[in-house]
Amino acid sequence: MDLVAVLALEVLFAIASLALISAGLAVIFGMMRVVNLAHGEFLMLGGYAAIIATNSGINIWISMLIVAPLVVAAIGVIVERLLIRFLYGRMVDTMLATWGLSLFFIGLVTTIFGNTTRGISSPLGGATVGDYKIGLYKLFIIGVTVVLLAAVYLVLRRTKLGLIARGTMQNANMASALGISPDKVYAITFAIGAGLSGLAGALLAPLTGIVPTIGIAYIAKSFITVIGGGAAILTGTISASTLFGTINQLVTFQSSPVFGEVALLVAAVILLRLLPQGITGRFFRRSM
Amino acid sequence: MTDAPVLQTYDLTMRFGGVVAVDHVDFALKEGELRCLIGPNGAGKSTFFKCLTGQLRPTEGRITVRDHDITGAQSHEIARLGIGIKTQVPNVFDGLTARENIWLAARRGRSARAADALTDETLERLLLTSVAATPVGQLAHGQRQWVELGVVLAREPWLILLDEPAAGMTHEEVERTAALIKEINRTATLIVVEHDMQFIKMIADVVTVFHQGAILVEDNVANVMRNPKVRDVYLGKQAA
Amino acid sequence: MRLDADNIGLIVAAVGGLALLFGLPLVVELFTLLQFTVYIVMAILALSLALIWGFGGILCFGQAVFFGLGAYAYTIAVFNIGESTVPVLLSIVVPAAFAAALGYFMFYGRLSDVYMGVVTLVVTLIFFSFMNHTAGEEYRIGASRLGGFNGIPAIPPINMPGDPGRVLWPEEMYYVAMGSLTAIYIGLRLLLRSHFGRVIVAIRENETRAELLGYDVRLHKLLIFSIGGAIAGLAGCLFANWNAFVDPTVFGLGQTAQIIIWVIVGGLGTLIGPVIGAMLLQYITTWLGTVEVANSSLVMGAILVVFVLLVPRGLVPTLQLLWQKLRGGRSDPGIVATPREAVESGDD
Repeated sequence: MDLVAVLALEVLFAIASLALISAGLAVIFGMMRVVNLAHGEFLMLGGYAAIIATNSGINIWISMLIVAPLVVAAIGVIVERLLIRFLYGRMVDTMLATWGLSLFFIGLVTTIFGNTTRGISSPLGGATVGDYKIGLYKLFIIGVTVVLLAAVYLVLRRTKLGLIARGTMQNANMASALGISPDKVYAITFAIGAGLSGLAGALLAPLTGIVPTIGIAYIAKSFITVIGGGAAILTGTISASTLFGTINQLVTFQSSPVFGEVALLVAAVILLRLLPQGITGRFFRRSM
Repeated sequence: MTDAPVLQTYDLTMRFGGVVAVDHVDFALKEGELRCLIGPNGAGKSTFFKCLTGQLRPTEGRITVRDHDITGAQSHEIARLGIGIKTQVPNVFDGLTARENIWLAARRGRSARAADALTDETLERLLLTSVAATPVGQLAHGQRQWVELGVVLAREPWLILLDEPAAGMTHEEVERTAALIKEINRTATLIVVEHDMQFIKMIADVVTVFHQGAILVEDNVANVMRNPKVRDVYLGKQAA
Repeated sequence: MRLDADNIGLIVAAVGGLALLFGLPLVVELFTLLQFTVYIVMAILALSLALIWGFGGILCFGQAVFFGLGAYAYTIAVFNIGESTVPVLLSIVVPAAFAAALGYFMFYGRLSDVYMGVVTLVVTLIFFSFMNHTAGEEYRIGASRLGGFNGIPAIPPINMPGDPGRVLWPEEMYYVAMGSLTAIYIGLRLLLRSHFGRVIVAIRENETRAELLGYDVRLHKLLIFSIGGAIAGLAGCLFANWNAFVDPTVFGLGQTAQIIIWVIVGGLGTLIGPVIGAMLLQYITTWLGTVEVANSSLVMGAILVVFVLLVPRGLVPTLQLLWQKLRGGRSDPGIVATPREAVESGDD
C-alpha cells in the first residue's frame, strides 16, 4: 500500500515536472508557431539565476519564484527583439537560429561559470510514508505546477491577452484584426514563455544541480511534450505530460531511469507517427 | 470508341467536419469527351476534382477509371494509369528550367533519348522553345501555366484533368489555350474545371454545373446557358 | 544534354581531388596530414547532410545518428571479427538500413518538415542517452563491450583486405579518406545528374507536381535518406579509425549541430560548399582549442546565428552570386538558389 502511494507520488511528480519544463515552450510554440530550440538554455539560465541569487544572500524562495523568472523573461525580450522577430513565418530558419543561440548560451555560461556542477540544497525536508522516504520538495513542485497551469488557464480565459492568445491559436492574423500590434503581442508572449522556462529551471535546480549543458537533458522531453500535445497549449501540455510522465515513471520503476527516458522518447516518436497533429489534433479539439 | 464511361463516380461524398463539400455525386465521363465543370465559388467542383486526382480521400463513395477502382489511391498511382493532372494552384518546379520541367515528365517510363525528343516536341508545341533554359520561377504567369500544361502533355496521358487552365491569362493567351485544349481533345479525353465563362464558350461541349456540392444540371453548353436555374445560382452574377 | 559547365566542374573536382590525394603527403608533415585526415572525414559527413537536406529537401537534425552508428558498427564488428573488411561494409550497411527504417516511418507517415526535424533530433537523443548508460559488464555484443560513457578504446585500424596482420599506416589512412571523399563527391555529382537525381531535386522543388507525374515521392525520399545514411556511416567508420576510440559523443547534440552548421555555412543546395564549410570550421574549432581565447560552442553558435540572419544562402552560393554580378554573366544551371525556402513552403 505504501509502495503504491509512493509510486503514485513519483508518477505525479514525473507528470508535473514534464508539464513544468514544457509550459514555456508550449506558450511560445502554441501562440507564435516558433520552435525555440534554445528552450533548454532558458531553463538552464533560470537555474543559474536562482543559484547565484541564493548564494548572494537572497531568500531561496524569492530567488526561485521571482528573480529567476524575471531575469529569464528579460533575456527573452532581448532575444525576441534582436533575433526572433526577423524570422517570423520562417519556421526552419527560426529553429536553426535558436539552435545557434542555444550553443551560444552554453558557451557563454561555460566561459563565465566554468563547466562544473553547481547546486543549492533542496529546501523542505523529507517525510516518511511507511518504509519509504519522500521529498516534500517534490510535493511542492507538484503544487506549483497545478497553480501555474491554473494561472495559465485564467490568463487565457479571463484576460485580454488571453483572448488575443486564443484568437491567434485559431488564426494568426487575429491579433492585427483586433487592432493590436502583433509586435507587442509577440514580444510579451515570448517574455512570458521565457519567464515560465526560467521558473521551471529554477525550481528544478535544487533537485538536479546545474551545469551549462543541462538544457540538453530538458530539450527533447519538453519538445515531445509540446508537439505530442498539439496545438492547444493547456490541454495539449497536460495530456501529453500525463501520458509521457506515466510511461517514463512506470518504466523507470520496472528497470532504470535511462530506460524510462528511452521509453518516453520512443513513445513520443510512435505517437507522432500515429497522431501527426498531436493529441489535441485528434482529441479535445475544441479545448485550449 | 465505345460509349462505356471511362471515368465514373458513385455516390461520391466529401465531408470536412460538419461541411458537406461534395454530396453523393454520380458522375460519368465517356471516352473522347471534353467535359467542363462549372459552378460558383464553394460549389464543390474543386473538391470533387481533388477527389478524382487523389489529393483528397473521399469520405464515402467510389471512383473508377476504366476497370480500376481508384478511390483513395495515391496521386502517383492515379497518374500512373495514364492520367494527366493540372491543379488549380500552378504546380511546377520553379527552380528548374522549362526544359527540365518537361523532361522530368517525359522521362518517366521512357529512355533518355526518347525523352529528349519528346521534350523538344512539347516545347515547340507550346511555343516555349525560346524560354526553354529559363527557370520557370522567372517566367510570366501565362507561360508558367503553359509549362505546366506541357508537363501534363509530356506524359502523353489519355485522360487529362485540368483545374482552371486559363486562370490569370491575358485574352490572347486564353484564346491560344482554348485552341490547344481543343487540339489535345483529338487524342485525349478531358475534364476542365473553369470559372471563366468566355473560355467555357470557346471550348465547351457538355457542361456539368455544380451547386452546393451536387450536380445541378448536365447538358450541352447552349442549353446550360439558357437554363434559368443555372442563371440563378451562377450566371446571374457573372454574365451581365 | 547541355552539361558542359557541369562536366568541367566534374573534371576540376577529379583533378583537384587527385592532386590533393597524391600531392599533400609530399608537402606537409605527418602531423599536419593527420589533422587533415579528420577534416576530410568531417567533409564526408558534411556531404551526407548536403545530399539529404540540400538536394533531398529533408530536414534532418539527426545526421549524427548515422555517423555514430557507423562508428559503433565498425568498432563492435572489428572486435568480433578481427579482420576489417566486413566491419567496414557493416559501418555502411547498418546506418543505411537504420535510415531506411526511420525514413519509412517518417516519409510513409507523411510527417511535415518541422516534425521530421524534431523526430530526428529525438532519435539522436535516444541513442545518446542509451549509449551513455551501457557502461556495465552486461552490455556487450559478442567480444565487444559497449563501454557506456567511457567509450571503447584501442580500436583496431583497417587492414589490407584479407590480411589482418597488415594494418594501414596513418599516412595510408589519409589516402583512404581523401580517396573516399573524392569518389563520393564525384559519385554524388553523377547521381544528381541522373534521372533519379533529377527527380530528387524535382521533389524538393515541388512534391505535389512530382507525385502528379507518377513519381513515388515517399520511395525516392527513402532512398536518398538511406544513401545519406550510408555516407555518414562511412564517415563514422573512418572517424573511429582515425581516433582509435569511440564514445557516445558521436551521437551527441553537439555533433549533430556541427554538421548542420557546416552545411549552412558552406551553402545549402551545393556539394562543394559543405565540404569547404566542414574543413574551415573544423580548422577554426581546432585553432580555438589551442589558443583558448573563446569557447568553441560560443563561437559556433554565434556563427550559426549570424549566417541564418545575414548570409542565409551560405558562403559558396553567395560568392557565386557576387562573382556573377561582377562579370554580369548568366546563372549556373547546376545551382538552385534557395532550397531552404522550397523546404519551408511545405509547412502547414
